[in-house]
Amino acid sequence: MKKSQIVEQAVHLVFLLLGLITVGCVLLITVYLVVSGIPAIREIGLTAFLFGTEWVSTAAEPKYGILPFILTSVYGAAGAILIGVPIGLLAAVYLSKLASPGVKAVMQSAVSLLAGIPSVVYGLVGMLVLVPGIRTLFGVPDGASLLAAILVLAVMILPSTIKLSITALDAVPKEYEDASLALGATPVETYCKVSVPAAKSGIAAAVVLGVGRAIGEAMAVMMVAGNVPNMPDSLFQSVRFLTTAVSSELAYAGGLQRQALFSIALVLFLFIMLINAALNFFLKREKE
Amino acid sequence: MLRQPLSAKRKHYERLWKAVMRLSVGLTAALVLLLLAYVLAKGAPHITWGLLSTRPSYLTGKIGILPDILNTLYIIIATLLLVLPLGVGAAIYLTEYAASKRVVSVIEYAAETLSGIPSIIYGLVGMLLFSNNMGTCLLAGALTLVIMNLPTIMRATQESLKTVPQSYREGAFSLGAGKWRVVRTVVLPGCVDGIVTGCILSVGRILGESAALLYTAGFAHALYGMLDGLAAPGATLTVALYVYAKEQGEFNVAFAIAAILMVLTVLVNFAAALVQKYFTKRRSA
Repeated sequence: MKKSQIVEQAVHLVFLLLGLITVGCVLLITVYLVVSGIPAIREIGLTAFLFGTEWVSTAAEPKYGILPFILTSVYGAAGAILIGVPIGLLAAVYLSKLASPGVKAVMQSAVSLLAGIPSVVYGLVGMLVLVPGIRTLFGVPDGASLLAAILVLAVMILPSTIKLSITALDAVPKEYEDASLALGATPVETYCKVSVPAAKSGIAAAVVLGVGRAIGEAMAVMMVAGNVPNMPDSLFQSVRFLTTAVSSELAYAGGLQRQALFSIALVLFLFIMLINAALNFFLKREKE
Repeated sequence: MLRQPLSAKRKHYERLWKAVMRLSVGLTAALVLLLLAYVLAKGAPHITWGLLSTRPSYLTGKIGILPDILNTLYIIIATLLLVLPLGVGAAIYLTEYAASKRVVSVIEYAAETLSGIPSIIYGLVGMLLFSNNMGTCLLAGALTLVIMNLPTIMRATQESLKTVPQSYREGAFSLGAGKWRVVRTVVLPGCVDGIVTGCILSVGRILGESAALLYTAGFAHALYGMLDGLAAPGATLTVALYVYAKEQGEFNVAFAIAAILMVLTVLVNFAAALVQKYFTKRRSA
């Protein structure tokens, strides 16, 4: 009797520890990023680091300003959302409300496939199709640009936008739509003016998730954005994102430069945490 | 009954928006088809037996991707072996043991946070945490991927545990079984479908992962067995694709790898759909 109780207690403890591993991982990641990210910020100065417009890490007098990276990431995500969300949302409305079950099923598996394609494949296709295309179409010397990155990111956020929007739209009570239809509204009027507003929390969650994806994507934008630390003044500028800023110099950087890369990762992490909090807010509201 | 036709303006509105929606769906479908067709058309001609069965040789200047294929396989096996007990255990704790709602919500929030962290940050932390201590090697990459895939396995298992009928547990308890025995004999067999689904999702994610592996597992192309391979640096297929395309300009090889990855992605998606269908059917039967 006593022995079995001890076993039960031990098993309970083991499962408790397994349960707490996720919490431990989050804490570990946070602590590591903060501890390794703070020293460079202190040495460079917070304002010089965040608002400095020049990143010349290998010069004799290096400058570590990451405003170009921050702005590029923000513009990149905004551009991707601007292109990807309208297309994704309209497709989702059609697939959720108007499409036949067959079309819906086929498109849903197509969208899953799009979500599963590795980001390096997107990068490769972007590199060999999009970049030369932009070069010839707009007559710019180099097609590797903010525009190319925005287009690739727009495609990459499409699947999650469509999927989450469909889920949200499918959950709209049928009575809402029936009431609208009974009052004489046409189907499209009903779906655009009743269903979409009713599903707005879920759609907002889809948008926020897209922002997170776009800000966090590294490999695909590394391959198409040109990777030069310019201020993103125009769509055709070669630019570097927060993510690619971390990875492009990590292989050889040392000393303060290496620490500055960790600080960039910390800034990126803070961005993502903010976005996560927003996502959680919308998902919770959707549940209610 | 009086039926008034729609005004021209509303008819117009209806038609216009329907057309725009169809266009969006068509655009998405075209995108998927064109991407698949383009990558397969560019890559398939370069997939040769020589490419698949050799390693890169400086003597002949020929590139082979056998090491990368094996590395991908090793890293998938190692990651799943490590993440399964952790993820399944965490899910069992949440659904079977956890008494306080507070603890459950903290753990779930942590899992959500983990799944939102971009892979480049995993790569950086994995480098600091694992590679700096054990050297750049496949195992360091696998450990990084373990943290990344923890939420996937946990959530899939959790979902399937919720479908185990409460009456099964109560039946076992009433026959005098202890909690641990109930978990072992009733709960665990009930979450096999969740574990299988989680594994497939994780395989898909590991196949596509590159940013987290670049600085943890490295990019060597040496040929090893599983155990030696885990202790040595090595590139997976995606990392190899990146290196060949971006650093070496070997686009034919890059497209061959991309085509292989596309086929694998299709297979993984297909398997996931199949498994889901099978388990839904079995459950409703």
